[in-house]
Amino acid sequence: MKEQRIIMGMPVVIEIVDSSASTEIFEEIFSYLISVDERFSTYKKDSEITLYNEGKIAEENLSDEMKKVFRLSEETKKITGNYFDISYQGKIDPSGLVKGWAIYNSALILRKKGFKNFYVEIAGDIEVAGLNKEGKKWAIGIRNPFNKKENVKVVYLSDRGIATSGLYERGEHIYNPKEKKSVTEIASLTVIGKNIYEADRFATACFAMGKKGIYFLEKMPGLEGYMIDNDKIATFTTGFEEYAI
Amino acid sequence: MSLHKNFISRHYDKTVMKRFVLSMSVIVSFGFYVIWQKPGSLAGSLTTPAPVAVASTPKKVSKPKQVATVPPVPAPATNNPSPQPPPVIPPAPKKTGIYNDGEYVGSVADAYYGNVQVKAIITNGKLSDVLFLDYPQDRNNSIRINSRALPILRQEAITAQSANVDGVSGASTTSPAFSESLAYALNQARA
Repeated sequence: MKEQRIIMGMPVVIEIVDSSASTEIFEEIFSYLISVDERFSTYKKDSEITLYNEGKIAEENLSDEMKKVFRLSEETKKITGNYFDISYQGKIDPSGLVKGWAIYNSALILRKKGFKNFYVEIAGDIEVAGLNKEGKKWAIGIRNPFNKKENVKVVYLSDRGIATSGLYERGEHIYNPKEKKSVTEIASLTVIGKNIYEADRFATACFAMGKKGIYFLEKMPGLEGYMIDNDKIATFTTGFEEYAI
Repeated sequence: MSLHKNFISRHYDKTVMKRFVLSMSVIVSFGFYVIWQKPGSLAGSLTTPAPVAVASTPKKVSKPKQVATVPPVPAPATNNPSPQPPPVIPPAPKKTGIYNDGEYVGSVADAYYGNVQVKAIITNGKLSDVLFLDYPQDRNNSIRINSRALPILRQEAITAQSANVDGVSGASTTSPAFSESLAYALNQARA
């Protein structure tokens, strides 16, 4: 079974291969994701994060979920040498962590219910478990950052998370006026990790590192990366190729 | 004795004064030269008063900062002998489409890794260009990656793949901060 919804303004895709899949489990995951959006969206006026940023909720009165996300963000900040930081000018925006964390928790719900073969995606960030409906590893394309209709690489995954960071869809006319060149050194960075939470947070942090990010990933056990720069050259970590065969 | 001392000290003062005047004139003319050489950098100096600052410290050749960390407010005129670049005045609005022609600066939107601010350029009533005024490219960090000790990683030119896939990983369509800043800029441009 496969279903798609728009939640948090982003497409959510869930596919469950196991025959025991029912409509209820899809509904459970979708309503969980809606609850995450309502709590963590900085674009919603009455979300917990907005109220906290406006000083209307004291830190000690925050929900356990919010406290947990703050703790995880703090930990990620330390590991990435401050490249991952949810606080800026006195406000907190954990959206760089919440998406991956929400997919991760959705996968956890599915596992607890006994599902073994599934796919959960929110807007290009994916966690896969087991095998696809053809009994093979899940084939995941890496989108060409210069042409969104094209894939430039295909990786074959099972029980892994994959996430890609880029600033936005680049048009040819968007560039840094001071440097007279494209706005970032790199066009996209894809990270494969043991789960989507790991992949997503390191994709976010390492993209912000620019060309150094791929070397950071090379040093991190359990993480592989595929970086595409603005010259359309990809640089990848030594373990990455094992996924591409 | 004291007379002699006084003389030396006055002589010394004069020398220092001469040196000071000389070096100041070198610095100021260097500053003028830089501005004269790079008329195109005036737009950039709207967001960073960097050219003047760099010119006044020629011995400390530091890497120019890549990121504008300040919103485009006019630089303060205090303490600054060099002429200020004239403010960039957007061309007079011309109504030909949904938007009025001109340049519109978006709000400073807060991406969690720093600020994003864009400038929308409207030509013939259409969005013709988006420039980044502020974009988080670098920040103080404790990460130590020694460029001499970097491992050699494999590279390849990207090529289109036709294999069937179950899903595609890619960056989200737009960053909310980018959209927010651009929306603000376009709202001002609305005819």
